[in-house]
Amino acid sequence: MSENKCQCGTPKRDEFIQKLFDEYLPIKDNLIQMLNEVQEHYGYIPKNAQIELSEFLNIPMAEIYGVITFYSRFTLKPKGEYNVAVCLGTACYVKGSQKIMDRLKERLQIESGETTKDGLFSIEETRCVGACGLAPVFTVNGEVYGKATVKKLDEVLDEIINQKEK
Amino acid sequence: MEKEMVNLTIDNQKITVPKGTTILNAAKKAGIDIPTLCFLKDINEVGDCRMCIVEVEGRRGFATSCIQTVEEGMVVHTHTPNVLEARHVILDLIISNHAKDCLTCTRSGNCELQALATKFNVLNIEFEGERTEHTIDDLSPSIVRDFNKCILCRRCVAACKNVQKIGAIDCINRGFESCISTVGDHSLNDVNCTFCGQCIEACPTGALHEKETINDVWVKLKDPDTTVIVQTAPAVRVALGEEFGMPIGTNVVGKMVTALKRLGFDKVFDTNTGADLTIMEEANEFIERFTKNDNLPMITSCSPGWVKYIEMNYPELLPHLSSCKSPHEMFGAILKTYYANREGMDPEKIYMVSVMPCIAKKFERQRPEMKEDNLYDVDNVITTRELARMIKQANIEFEKLEDSNFDSPMGEASGAGAIFGTTGGVMEAALRTAQDTLTGKDLPKIDFEQVRGGEGIKRASINIAGKDINVVAASGLANARTILEEIKSGKVNYQFVEIMACPGGCIMGGGQPIKSSKVRAEVDVRKLRADALYTIDERSIVRKSHENPVMKKLYKDFLEKPGSEIAERLLHTTYTKREKYNI
Amino acid sequence: MKSLEEIHKIREEKRKELDLRVNTKADTREKHILVCHGTGCTSSKSPEILENFRKILKEKNINNVRVIKTGCFGLCAKGPIVIIRPEDTFYALVTPEDCEEIIDTHIVKGERVERLLCKDIDGTVVNSLDELNFYKKQKRIALKNCGVVNPEEIDEYIAFDGYKALEKVLKEMTQDEVIDVVKESGLRGRGGAGFPTGKKWELTKASEGDQKYVVCNADEGDPGAFMDRSILEGDPHSVLEAMAIAGYAIGANKGYIYVRAEYPIAVQRLQIAIDQAREYGILGENIFDTDFSFDIEIRLGAGAFVCGEETALLESIEGKRGQPRVKPPYPAQSGLWGKPTLINNVETYANIAQIILKGAKWYSSIGTETSKGTKVFALGGNVNNIGLVEVPMGTTLREIIYDIGGGIPNGRDFKAAQTGGPSGGCIPKEHLDTPIDYESLKEIGSMMGSGGLIVMDDTKCMVALAKFYLDFTVSESCGKCTPCRIGTKRMLEILERLCNGEGEELDIYKLEKLAANIQKASICGLGQTAPNPVVSTMKYFREEFRQHAIQKECRTLECKAMAKITVNEEKCKGCGLCQKHCPVNAIDGSGRDKRIINQEKCIKCGTCITSCPFHAIGN
Repeated sequence: MSENKCQCGTPKRDEFIQKLFDEYLPIKDNLIQMLNEVQEHYGYIPKNAQIELSEFLNIPMAEIYGVITFYSRFTLKPKGEYNVAVCLGTACYVKGSQKIMDRLKERLQIESGETTKDGLFSIEETRCVGACGLAPVFTVNGEVYGKATVKKLDEVLDEIINQKEK
Repeated sequence: MEKEMVNLTIDNQKITVPKGTTILNAAKKAGIDIPTLCFLKDINEVGDCRMCIVEVEGRRGFATSCIQTVEEGMVVHTHTPNVLEARHVILDLIISNHAKDCLTCTRSGNCELQALATKFNVLNIEFEGERTEHTIDDLSPSIVRDFNKCILCRRCVAACKNVQKIGAIDCINRGFESCISTVGDHSLNDVNCTFCGQCIEACPTGALHEKETINDVWVKLKDPDTTVIVQTAPAVRVALGEEFGMPIGTNVVGKMVTALKRLGFDKVFDTNTGADLTIMEEANEFIERFTKNDNLPMITSCSPGWVKYIEMNYPELLPHLSSCKSPHEMFGAILKTYYANREGMDPEKIYMVSVMPCIAKKFERQRPEMKEDNLYDVDNVITTRELARMIKQANIEFEKLEDSNFDSPMGEASGAGAIFGTTGGVMEAALRTAQDTLTGKDLPKIDFEQVRGGEGIKRASINIAGKDINVVAASGLANARTILEEIKSGKVNYQFVEIMACPGGCIMGGGQPIKSSKVRAEVDVRKLRADALYTIDERSIVRKSHENPVMKKLYKDFLEKPGSEIAERLLHTTYTKREKYNI
Repeated sequence: MKSLEEIHKIREEKRKELDLRVNTKADTREKHILVCHGTGCTSSKSPEILENFRKILKEKNINNVRVIKTGCFGLCAKGPIVIIRPEDTFYALVTPEDCEEIIDTHIVKGERVERLLCKDIDGTVVNSLDELNFYKKQKRIALKNCGVVNPEEIDEYIAFDGYKALEKVLKEMTQDEVIDVVKESGLRGRGGAGFPTGKKWELTKASEGDQKYVVCNADEGDPGAFMDRSILEGDPHSVLEAMAIAGYAIGANKGYIYVRAEYPIAVQRLQIAIDQAREYGILGENIFDTDFSFDIEIRLGAGAFVCGEETALLESIEGKRGQPRVKPPYPAQSGLWGKPTLINNVETYANIAQIILKGAKWYSSIGTETSKGTKVFALGGNVNNIGLVEVPMGTTLREIIYDIGGGIPNGRDFKAAQTGGPSGGCIPKEHLDTPIDYESLKEIGSMMGSGGLIVMDDTKCMVALAKFYLDFTVSESCGKCTPCRIGTKRMLEILERLCNGEGEELDIYKLEKLAANIQKASICGLGQTAPNPVVSTMKYFREEFRQHAIQKECRTLECKAMAKITVNEEKCKGCGLCQKHCPVNAIDGSGRDKRIINQEKCIKCGTCITSCPFHAIGN
């Protein structure tokens, strides 16, 4: 049995999940709350966590999968070490954030929601991050870069890549 | 208490209906048939598809007639130009994202979307555009999912998640990308699906259908070296006629046998006989376990969807399952041993076909336990629907056929075997034999009304030979879950439990003729089919399994007695814990 | 637990202590350095500024100055913002490196740091907040405490009459009296549709049920709207207080705040506020020694715009996919877990306490005939003063955009303003003088929505804008009902065709037909309003749609497939600046030649247009 398979017989639960289960009651309503914590902890929702949640909350996996794929905050794949998110809210759009996004995709050769092969970068489209005063903005691992330009984006990416190479 | 009544006007007709009636049902009462698509009575009442929209005077936007209820003085219009245009647009949009390959679709002619397209005379698609594309899942032995034909009505999800409480499928993704799928889009083979097939019965289009295997039958029928034997389950005969336009609940057993013979089957037998055999073994097993108080309650095991369910969900309760194989498997095993031997046939050259109301039987057939000397007990399982297709393809005018009888000597069955096809039937048949065995008498009371009827759970306490036996018959897997939880809690004291995976039993199985939402809303399909089975029972000369002469001879000549070593080997089986998800 | 007497005492003492926050003539030796910690300023390093101030003050052993973390001041374009009180000096675009100078010059020497003083659009240096045109026409009710109090200190909220309204309600008013006040105030839902708030409370109270709930909709999802976030970040207690008042009025003892997980600061401050309120006994059992008990929990949204729709929000709180329910029944009858539920949005709640304290008459004296009070707008796009503004209902768009917003940057012309986000519409020049209220906006084809107000200049293509909104709707549609799931996708496809120069005249008719039927047949507000951005742009800019469809022409640079940038030979002086700026070497010509754009190489980025000093290049 591979490690991804159901572990009903061989409980080997990691510490985080155990803590989560101690903290929450096994009622259905808690699904999204718990998924939020899993996403926060792992950076995505691993299959094992889905299986464990299904058992704990007594919710079929298809339903959990349905919830995960409904909410854009939840992801099924690990994000890159650097998650670059471009705000496509209206204020940023009007100020040209699409150009930033286009450049980002072109530079990294991946689409939004994907991770580069080396796992270094992932791209995400976000809705308004509320920094409209600085539009257009992009964020790298949550850090906001305001009044962005294609040039600024390139600089930020170059810096990360250079740092990595060192 | 008198129900409060509400007066309203629909399409200028004044009507009075009880409070709480939906606009759709009120309209029906006025002879107005509002089109629906996602609506499936009692199962999926959600208002998603928007076909049933109507205008209500004074209300902004349209009302959703399938779920919104009537109000005093309401004035409803069901076909204003506005409503008609909206319905056209909605239908157009649905079809624009649908694989329009009606000619190569199993549901052509019995498709609710096609019927609406005909009604609205859709001649071209105004709003063509991108279509969502899905790979077809045909890896399971039972169900094919082709979500290119899915219209996202979610009737299947409701059947799976709410009625059966399985949840193998659900709606995933969002917006235009929404689709019905399993966790991680895996095959149904690898998830917690029981293959009950209730999703197929719920589907208005061809997005879900059985894995058809009739081609193999055609080939074997033309093979001179193979003896092709067919057996038909009790529930098939009271539903097959529907595929040829006959009223629901018509017993077409005679025509069916004639048709099977015309198709070229070498022998046509009755699974009811197998059911009698099951009762012989199961009643015996029950008496033994009952007297020894061994793993009670004993739970029936003839519904393969149910067996897969307990293997996946309650493995700790598996010792409660009767070790009996299901009737068609038992019958197959006997035909390939006792019968083959008697008739001087080579069992390897027998091709055993079962016609079943069930698609989980397709899965059951290929379980490794269902083998004797490397030969499967049954070689092919086809559904009632598939048999109807074969009859049509063989150019047989079914309605005009004369009646004929099952072949001898394995063809006779008791009335007890017939009622296997409905919930409570196995229980009743077993009780008839058990009470005679326990009392040593031929008791005249053979009707056990307590376990008849359409309720999902029927509990009764039955006194046999001075002892009270607590029995329960449950159908539908949600009800099965309730009973299993009761057993697990230790708070109940059942001795004998009958469980059928499909709500209503085999007559409502996943392989039966598919009834449209409209029919299911207007007619109690289960009751009509069940009544037909009880009529067969009533009119039978032999109504107890152990009195079936075939049984008497079989045990005398071959099996010795129920539970004998050879019976154990051929007619009993084992179960294993199964992972719900292999992903 | 604090007794009522203790709370009164806190209010009295704290109010004196904080007088310098609101009174420039306060008699004190103390100074407060307020550092904005709204999301905008936080992302431009305001926490570092705060730390620096504290560090330097400590090093220099200055004891009469406190550094305070506050919510949003509103003028995000000038962030990070630092204000020093009581004198109310407004420093803009402050960096962490400026802290030392501010302390040395302003605090120690008592002189202003001139270079950091905020300048108005016309270049005049302003000394204090109130001198800015940006603030002059505003009236702050919902935002009253934002930028004044430290949102993480319940005592500061109490100092400015916080929880006084709750006390009044619990001690002096019946449930019906509370509802009557809210009704009479004329307050309407600030989340979108503008349903009368008091009526909603009344309906929920009237519904039978042993258990009722109060829900705060903080799932602010309109792209370009951030007023709710600012209130939650700047004044979280005002929402808690209002929810408790609502709970008392309708007979509920449990509340939920459904807030976007994308608002981490708001979530954190809300949690702090809830914890503090519980500690004081303002949330919990027997509040203020009465029979009334009330508690609040936070529920995080997970990135689905549709969850701002009230029934989808309820589904989401129940742990399910946020798919709306068919209404009726309304949440007031059957909401969370089938129980009567009151749902209001953040800004609506933020008005409640003051309505209770100052009375319905006071509130209803503000605004227009049908829309009372104020409305907060998130002003963004091509406007100088990007930020948060609160104005009385009835203020005109022109006042907001030109007087408060400081007009359009770069000398460009106003083309349209978009209100109501993906559910709203575009308002053209000819309606700039419409006094804004629920009805007037609806009349001109837009809607109030939650309060996003995006200004667009003449470089914006209206077809592309419609496409932008439809793209949003399509990816945020829940997928439940057919018209929204497939219909909006088809509309988007048509708009994409138009923007790619692949459209035809019939497409305009198709858009209209789809729009009308999606509006009528969809289940929820999202679907019913999804076509609005298209309908309103087609109403006011129909010619632009026809140009795209028939002439395959876009007058802006936005629809790249159709754009063709050319040099006006008469105006070109052959300076070559455009060549220098062109990123793809698509401009031919040398010396004093008139330049020519190589259409095959040109990527239509528009850099040459902005770089030409003679305005010789255009589309």
